Order: sequence, then structure tokens, then C-alpha cells
Amino acid sequence: MNNSILVVVIASGIAYGTPLLFAALGELLAERSGVLNLGVEGMMLVGAVMGFWAVQNIGGPGGTTLFLAVLVAAAAGAAVALLFAFLVITLRANQIVSGLALTIFAGAAGLSSYLGNDLGLADAPAKHQFAPVDPFGLADVPILGPIVFGQTWLVYASWGVVALIALYLTRTRPGLNVRAVGESPQTADAMGISVSAYRYAHVVAGGALAGVGGACFSLALTPQWVTGLTGGAGWIAIALVIFAFWRPELCLVGAYFFGAFQALPFTLQARGVTIAPELFQALPYVMTIVVLVIVSSGISKRRLGAPGALGLPFVREER
Amino acid sequence: MTIRIERRLAQPHWLKVAVPVGSLAVAFVLIAILLLATGRDPASTYKDLFEAAFTAPGALSQTLTGATPILFTGLAAAAAFRMNLFNIGGEGQLYFGAIGASAAGLLLAGQSAPVLIVAMMAAGLAAGAAWAVIPGILKAYLSTNEIITSLMLNYVAGLILTYLIFDSHSYWRDTTSASAAVFPVGKSLPDAANWPTFGSTVIVPFGFLIGIGAAIFLWVLYSRTRFGFEVQVMSDSPRAARYSGMRTRRKILAVMALSGALAGLGGASQVGDFAHVLDADPNGLRAYGYGYTGIVVAALARYNPFAVVLVAFLLGGLQNAGSALQGPDFPSGLVGVMEGMILFTALGGELLVRYRIRLGRRRHAAAPAAEGTR
Repeated sequence: MNNSILVVVIASGIAYGTPLLFAALGELLAERSGVLNLGVEGMMLVGAVMGFWAVQNIGGPGGTTLFLAVLVAAAAGAAVALLFAFLVITLRANQIVSGLALTIFAGAAGLSSYLGNDLGLADAPAKHQFAPVDPFGLADVPILGPIVFGQTWLVYASWGVVALIALYLTRTRPGLNVRAVGESPQTADAMGISVSAYRYAHVVAGGALAGVGGACFSLALTPQWVTGLTGGAGWIAIALVIFAFWRPELCLVGAYFFGAFQALPFTLQARGVTIAPELFQALPYVMTIVVLVIVSSGISKRRLGAPGALGLPFVREER
Repeated sequence: MTIRIERRLAQPHWLKVAVPVGSLAVAFVLIAILLLATGRDPASTYKDLFEAAFTAPGALSQTLTGATPILFTGLAAAAAFRMNLFNIGGEGQLYFGAIGASAAGLLLAGQSAPVLIVAMMAAGLAAGAAWAVIPGILKAYLSTNEIITSLMLNYVAGLILTYLIFDSHSYWRDTTSASAAVFPVGKSLPDAANWPTFGSTVIVPFGFLIGIGAAIFLWVLYSRTRFGFEVQVMSDSPRAARYSGMRTRRKILAVMALSGALAGLGGASQVGDFAHVLDADPNGLRAYGYGYTGIVVAALARYNPFAVVLVAFLLGGLQNAGSALQGPDFPSGLVGVMEGMILFTALGGELLVRYRIRLGRRRHAAAPAAEGTR
């Protein structure tokens, strides 16, 4: 029963969806504060390469090393996000062009590849990797076993992050403030909230989560370093935020949905079914467009829509 | 001491030259620091770079080859961004241009070279425009954000391209030759469909000349016609444009189609000038991100078509040098780092063009505000 195609697809959808989930949650934080960061792919790759470097070079027991490697990946993602934040918040540069600049600077043909080359990370298997853990010995339970109990610590951590962000945005003062900053920075400013400080904090936190998302590749899914190993996951993460109507709990569902579509062609191939994989791979993008059309039309816009000030720089003197 | 940032009422002309040049200098200093930090000699790296891009034998020809696609995608981005229409779908529109142009080249096999070349250009234009009109329609009639839709369509276009060659028996795929049985490839275009080149010491691809022609066309269109004026008004104030009776929806569609057509022409040039086949290989047409680099080109050129030609030439040189020098002294990631850094400093420098930075002592709130900062 645990080998039935549905169970396998859901379980692998969760595995493949986890990097998307981390990156999308990060992007969600940035967008909720009103900053559209198109540099997710670049931040993920820098996180992936630095996380992998950490796991190869920090000695010690596997568990600690992996934990530190995730922290290094988060710090690396946050560092490049800080660069972007300085450009778009302090220097008021165009967010779209700056985000693309970040992806070119840090991405597959940029800093991540440069670092991977100079740190000599290619062609070596990871010394440690996140393996499925089974804390309660329940991985053999029918259906739920492989889906819920046979995942890595990264997956369990991502569930915690979803819950934390959902609570943060709806139940805490800073969380409500950041939503105000994203919806109407002028109002937030008048309330005495520092728009710049909130935007900096959330863009940088978003970069940290994107870095962890990248580390999901180099430390768990494909435990090695290859240039451009995220393969466009950063762009899917941006789509995912919209697909999830800017809500963390829906990001979870969407990430596994998108993850399953990425994994499905391989699963089917392994069982001798040949369907052009492009059909499945294109679906997340097409569905995102459909969702975006629904979100941007009429009545639903008010209820489901994007943060009101998304993509707009805030200049106090020019309201 | 406080730092205050005020909007400039007038932008001095000398700043529009001084700031980009200064930004470039700052970028090279920052990259030099990175090179030093990773144990490389910046001076010799820059010298090698310049030689490989411009002065080595055959370097200029290679640089023009590299500049051709990003000239088209740069113009495509400039055409749309001028109207604050953020078409970042140049990548997908370029693929569609290549698909259209190669279809035309294959269908009309046996025709004379001029017929083939014109047909390929027309098909590339049309296919690129058609793919760009999708986000255009969504933007114009459903006010859907064109940034994300055009971005998503890049991936769909890339997957369609892969599907045509790798996972179907499409019209474009070679299913007869021996090599095609080993690895999926596209059908080769007839020899008459090869676009001509000019010059002998420096080889200028036909596509590059078409690109210069397109830049002139775009400049005339945007600065000497009613259409261009209306685009300018819509960019400055969409509401004013609508109230004065301009057909804003139609304009959005027209500008998206124009932008897509330029990118599509770039795809046609890739097929006609260089590949002579519909190239779906991950290391081929899809590897370089021409569409995204085009946005960098347009931003550095501040959306001026003539500056796009210059910037495309310079970045073409950088990319050419990158692939020529690639090795331990010049790792492949350096080109992206340099492009990104140059763009960062250019974007940051924009602040100095638009705003004035004042360092001054903190004043009391009651002090008279002498300058009219609003």
C-alpha cells in the first residue's frame, strides 16, 4: 500500500516541495512588507553553495554539522538579500530590475558558481546529508507512514516555520505592523512605524529562508554541489506566493502541489509510463497565471489580493 | 549631522553622463576587491578581459556574435519599460521567435535566399509578438500584473521548446538522420536560409545590422511620432492619458507586441545567423538567459535605443571574454558577478541623478524651510 503511486507521489511532492516552501515563505515575508524580490533564485543558490561548503568544512558529528550548515546557508542568503534591500529601500532603485540584477549577480552564472569554483566544491559527495528520520517508529504505518513520518528534519522544521509565520502575521503586533507597511506605508508611517526598518528586516529574513531553501537541495535532495542545482526553483517560489494568495498555510499546500508536479514525471518513468514531462512541469506556471488573473479581477481583489504597496518604493517626503 | 535626500527639480545634463561613468568605475573597484580577496590580480584580469573582448585577433567578431541577441532583447525590454510595462518575458519571446523563424525556414526550403530570410524575420517577429500579447491582453483587460505573467510564460516557452525537439515527433525535429537516432536534434535549415555576414577581418552578422536598424526605428518611433508621445504620457501618468482620450488598452497591446516582436527577431537571428537549426539543448539557446541579460542592457542604457546598442556591444564583449578566458584564473561565475555588480552600481547611481544628497546639521523643526522640496 505504501508503494501505491499516490503515496509515493505525495511523499516525493513533500520532499521536492520543501525547498519551494522555505523560499516561498521568505518571499512572502518580503512581499507582505511591500517589497517584490525577484532575486530568490540567486539567494537560494548562494545558500546552497555556502551550506554545502559548511558541511564539507565544519568538522564534528553529523547532526551538529548539518545544523550549522543550515545556519550558514541562512546567513549567506541574508547577506545577499541585504545588498538588495540597500538598493531598493535606501537607494530607492527599481525593485524589478534590482531583483533580476541580484539573480544575475548571485545566480547560476554568478557568485554561487564563482564561490563553488574557488572553494573547490564540485565533484565531491556531501560528507553528511539530511536523511529521513523516523522519531516515533511509525514510517511503516499504511499511507501516513511515508508521507508524515518518513521525512527529513528539514521538512519538520518547515512545518514549524509555517506555523510561526502564520501566528506572527495574524497574532503579534510586529506581524500586524508589517502587513500595514505592505498595504499602506503612508498610514504605517503616520502610525509611527518605521517603514524602512520593517522592510529591511523582512527582506533580510526572506533571504535567510531562501538560503535554507537552497540548502535543501545541496544537503538533502541532491547532496552535492553542481552549478545551478536549484534549476529554477526560485522562480517557482515566486509563483507560489501568488498561488497561495500571500498566506503561509496555503504556501504549504501549494509547495507540495508544485513539488508533486516536479516529481511526478520521474515517478511515472520509474513505473514505465512515458508521458512528456514538460506537460507536468508547465502546469505550475500555467496555474499561477490563472490564479493571478482571478486575484486581479474585481471583487476577489479586495479579499485575496496582493499587498497594496507591493513593488512601490516608499519615500516619506513624496506622498 | 544628518543626511537628507531631496528630489532634484531639474536633472543637470552632465550628471547623466558622469553618474553612469562613475558607477562603472565603482563597480570595477568593487570587483577588484573581490578578485583580490580570492587571490587574483585585478589589473591583469582586467587587461586579459579587455584583450579577449576587443583587441585579440577575431575578438571583435566574437563580441558582435555575443552582442547580437542581447541587442534585440535589450531593445525589447527598453521598448516596454519606457511605458512602465515590465515585460520580463523577453526570454520566452526569443524562443518563440526562434521556433517561428525555423518553421518558416523549413517550410520554404527551395526558395531563394532573400525570400527565405525575409520570411524567417517575419515569422520570428510574429511569433515573438504573439507570445508577448498574452500577458498584454491579461494586463489590458484584466489588469493582471504583467511582471509575473510574462515571467511564468518564459518557463512555459522553454518547456514547449524542449517538448518540440526532445519529447515529440514535431515538425522541427529531425527523425531521419543517423545522429538524430542517438540524440534528439532539430532539422537543419536549408543553406539558403543562412543569413549573410559582412566584412572579412571583423565579421559583422546580418542580425547585428538589423538590430541597429531596429534601434533607429525605435528611437524614431518613441521620440518623433504621436505614438511615442502617447507612450511617454502613459508612462508619466496613466490617468492623464486615459482622461485625455488616449486608447490605453490598445497602447498596452501595441507596446507588448512591439517588445515581443523585437525579442522574436532576436530569436530569428539566432537561428538564421548562428545555429541554423531549432536549438533546444540545455547548453544552447536556453543556457545564456538572453532575455534577462536584455533587461540588464536596457536598464544600463536607461532605455535609450542607441545606448542599448553600445551597452549590448560592451556586455557582448564581456560575455565573449568570459567564454574565451574561462579557466582557473577566470571562473565562469565571474561574468555574472561583473554584470550584476555593474547593474547594482548603475541602479544605485540613479539616486544621484534623481535626488540631491545634503549633509547638514540637524535643524529645529521651527526653522524656516527655505528650499521648496515638495
